Amino acid sequence: MNELNVISAPEHSGETFILNLGPQHPATHGVLRVKLTMDGEYITRAEPVPGYIHRMHEKMGENRNYAQFLPNTSRIDYLSAMHYTHAFVGVVERASGIEVPPRAEYLRVITSELNRISSHLVWFGAFLLDLGGFTPLLYAFDDREKILDLLEGITGSRLTYCYYRFGGVCNDVDDAFIRGTREFVALMRPRLSLYRELVTDNIILRKRLENIGPIPAEMCRKYGATGPVIRGAGIRYDVRRLEPYSVYPELDFEVAVQFEGDCMARYLVRMEEMGQSLRIIEQALDRLPDGPVLGKAPKTVKLPPGDYSYAVEASRGRFAVRVVSDGKDVPYRVKLRAPSFSNLSLFEEASQGMMLPDALAVMGSLDLVIPDIDR
Amino acid sequence: MVSDPATQGHEESPSPVRILDHAKRGCHLEVVLGPEQVVAAAGVMDENGFALDAVTGVDWIAESQLEVIYDYFHPLNGMRVAARARIPRETPEIPTISNVFAGANWHERETHDFFGIRFLGHPDLTPLLLPEDATYHPLRKDFSGE
Repeated sequence: MNELNVISAPEHSGETFILNLGPQHPATHGVLRVKLTMDGEYITRAEPVPGYIHRMHEKMGENRNYAQFLPNTSRIDYLSAMHYTHAFVGVVERASGIEVPPRAEYLRVITSELNRISSHLVWFGAFLLDLGGFTPLLYAFDDREKILDLLEGITGSRLTYCYYRFGGVCNDVDDAFIRGTREFVALMRPRLSLYRELVTDNIILRKRLENIGPIPAEMCRKYGATGPVIRGAGIRYDVRRLEPYSVYPELDFEVAVQFEGDCMARYLVRMEEMGQSLRIIEQALDRLPDGPVLGKAPKTVKLPPGDYSYAVEASRGRFAVRVVSDGKDVPYRVKLRAPSFSNLSLFEEASQGMMLPDALAVMGSLDLVIPDIDR
Repeated sequence: MVSDPATQGHEESPSPVRILDHAKRGCHLEVVLGPEQVVAAAGVMDENGFALDAVTGVDWIAESQLEVIYDYFHPLNGMRVAARARIPRETPEIPTISNVFAGANWHERETHDFFGIRFLGHPDLTPLLLPEDATYHPLRKDFSGE
């Protein structure tokens, strides 16, 4: 299997040059700069230079109360807003003992999984675009549009959702949402088969991804890489299963895993995850209990002094919020642990000796969202 | 599940290891370390198969101290451990753990950006997220933004 592995530079000519990738480059999907030291077509060092859209969300967290900071969390990884707001309402609920009605927890799971699918669809389209295939993007965005319409109907936003509240969600869903979501699930399954036939089984795609950019489990551990990156390396690490939150323990789903650790493995994990998310949504809709969607929560939230954290499985991996409280209505410290940050930090080691187009495939397979790295 | 990292040789301060209720705190085990112990503790975490979650800081300006928090998670069983060490605010120095966990490199650089904590032995502490010529540390409580 390793024969085709990372074709390394045959003989170092000793002469290198610097190549700037980004900060404005379509393959970096946002403003990320990578300073490449090249030996011909081969990379001797790839140093990512993040920070171009750093907004200092953590300082903003120290300057406004809990409810005021909540919308910030949906703007860190803009493709994963549901998961990020979930972590923040989760840490507040955990620290202050606010109860969440079961119906709200199920709605959180349904909307989170819809968000995961829409995020993976953006990755799917953009990744294929990076590899030179334009058409899948149009298909993926067509499917994603249906999710955005559904979520817009209940949250009012199409991207930076702030649907969760301390103690539940802000709006109950209507029949149109339930019907629409069921229709979407029925429609999406054949679409995933279509993607398998048209894209996954395509020989050109396989040649670009198989045995390219191996990221072994040990490297993931050392760098704290999570999400589809570590699951593509054979580790079944999923916060939904290993640090269970919300009603995930009541739902039946498999953690998608692949063992090769190459770009194809990470691709297959995400494709499989979309199918699993559909399964979760279907079960959650079947079990959706009646009742209120917002529990009792104080008008001004104050957390007891101490240190609390809450982790969720976002589209790109483990997102965790750590709040240090001194008992006031404004957090003393908010730490945002972003999955893309850790996932990108291994790029320098993983891309060494690789050809440039392969390194771009690796970068695409990490599914980076730059505002998530820069925060 | 694993051997406690800092049960040895730290008897002078009261209970350096605390078992926490994950449902309330989001963490299973918390360890208070001296700055000279963080590298050894990282080594213990590494040997027990933990992954590095994050490294971050807290500015305890009233006590004139800075705290460094090392978060770990176990990729196979999900166990969460936090190690914390306090250092004086005037001489904010602590050894780097980037030799144990390569991923600490970026987390420590970020913590240096935000708090001005110098990680001794770190290969490159140039600003990561802040502008390349930044000399300020925005998460210090006395930072005013000029």
